[in-house]
Amino acid sequence: MNSKKKGMSLLGKQRAAGWTFLAPATIMIAIMSFYPMIRAFIISLQTGAGANMRFADPIFSNYKRILADKVFQQSIVNTFLYLIIQVPIMLVLAILLAQLLNNKDLKFKGFFRTCVFLPCATSLVSYSLIFRSMFATDGLINSILIKLGILSTGYNFLGNSASAKIVIILALIWRWTGYNMVFYLAGLQNIEYSVYEAAKIDGANGWKTFWKITVPLLKPTIIMTFIMSINGTLQLFDESVNLTKGGPANSTITMSHYIYNTCFINVPNFGYAAAMSFIIFIMVAVLAFINLKVGDTRD
Amino acid sequence: MTKKNKSAIQRRLIPTYIFLIIVSFISVFPLYWMISAATNTSTDVSRGRIIPGSHFMENFRNLTSQQPLWRALGNSFFYAILTTVICLLICSIAGYGFEVYHDKWKDRVFSILLLAMMVPQVATMVPLFKMFSKAGLLNTAVGFILPIISTPFMIMMFRQNARSFPVDIIEAARIDGLSEVRIFFQMFIPTMKSTYAAAAVITFMNAWNSYLWPKVIMTDNKAMTMPMLIANLITGYVTDYGMLMCGVLFCSIPTMIVFFVLQKQFAEGITGAVK
Repeated sequence: MNSKKKGMSLLGKQRAAGWTFLAPATIMIAIMSFYPMIRAFIISLQTGAGANMRFADPIFSNYKRILADKVFQQSIVNTFLYLIIQVPIMLVLAILLAQLLNNKDLKFKGFFRTCVFLPCATSLVSYSLIFRSMFATDGLINSILIKLGILSTGYNFLGNSASAKIVIILALIWRWTGYNMVFYLAGLQNIEYSVYEAAKIDGANGWKTFWKITVPLLKPTIIMTFIMSINGTLQLFDESVNLTKGGPANSTITMSHYIYNTCFINVPNFGYAAAMSFIIFIMVAVLAFINLKVGDTRD
Repeated sequence: MTKKNKSAIQRRLIPTYIFLIIVSFISVFPLYWMISAATNTSTDVSRGRIIPGSHFMENFRNLTSQQPLWRALGNSFFYAILTTVICLLICSIAGYGFEVYHDKWKDRVFSILLLAMMVPQVATMVPLFKMFSKAGLLNTAVGFILPIISTPFMIMMFRQNARSFPVDIIEAARIDGLSEVRIFFQMFIPTMKSTYAAAAVITFMNAWNSYLWPKVIMTDNKAMTMPMLIANLITGYVTDYGMLMCGVLFCSIPTMIVFFVLQKQFAEGITGAVK
């Protein structure tokens, strides 16, 4: 060992190396996430634009405005609707697929796995545009339905608020199921096969094995995917912008999409946008916290 | 006897096969349709033609005459590769640092960093936009990469995977007189190839596919990325589906190639991460 830092013990040197190693990443996150978050809160208390930003007179006036903003409320309702319907369906489907693909007697495993994961290789804008085109009035789905005699003329899926929401949910399930499945599959591969053999000998059926062995052992992975999905859904942007353009009449707009519009389209209002984004931050934090608590108490 | 057993097992799996075939079909079909639509005229696509046609070059010419395809492709490649290289370096060395030298304080710092996972992109968008425009970073690669080169998810992934890196190797290397930095570069990186592959796939895809942040800071058409370019194709009243899907195809091919090439290592890396 060279003795440049003679006074430093070997352990001290290692500790210093550790801090140096994690410093760049930590500093970047501090500057690019935590600092802007504090700034966002300060901006959320301000009104005006550009160099004329000043503190709002009743300091929370931007937050007060949220209470009266029908579009933002609509966007919250929409986002939570996507969350409540899409996330459970997707995660259950993902666990089911992972369980099926983890069968050692199954053939063509690699092929099936690749197929199911393939949607994740497309960008969010790409698949939004694919679904937009497929569900257009003159799109593929309509021409199939017309050929089958179910419809006589093209139905405007994206022009009706209920069907537009369903299309977004279908698209989300299509895009993300495989992604979550990969995590479950990886989690399942860490479970010893002998555990299942033992369960079989004890006479547990597939259903019982699934709930008594697979789900408990996968719990950390399930919590992780749940938090990732909640986080992702609360931040939905690309789909709303490109699949439905938020329409018809803002009935499918998401929170992020509305905040973006408030910032960069129409009359920019950074203060109000920051206030809304801070509300999203609180929602994400609360939901993640509940999730972790629920995950803990079941032990 | 065993042969009979095997065929009985396979017979019992028939519903599983049918289910998996249906799911696979639904997963792949929209992508097949995208490719076939890229080779057909817009009218044929509207009529519901799903077999590949011969109009790819026409769609491609329309696309390149309307949009700066090569520039956007080049930009996206440049930004995504730069992000991947820097992100892997910074996050892997941090994950290694958090795991190998862990003590009470580093664990605390790590759990604070995890909180950044909950910070929504749209919340940091306004302050970052203001910061970056003041610093003259709009329309630059640096502006693109800075917010995404250090993510808690990546650090966590490397930290989890570093757990499987044997301490004995580190101890032995120290006795041989290797410095801490060289242990990381010469021992850790070569043994953790599959983790790096998985991280590279995820980072490259995220960077290539990112849309909100580029849309905010890339105000100049010259700095446009692929997702921005294809989103521009639906701004008119009439959509040319052939041309649109041709663009979507160009936006999807690079991420698909990356995924296919690194698929095996990707699965291994994820397995290490959820342990």
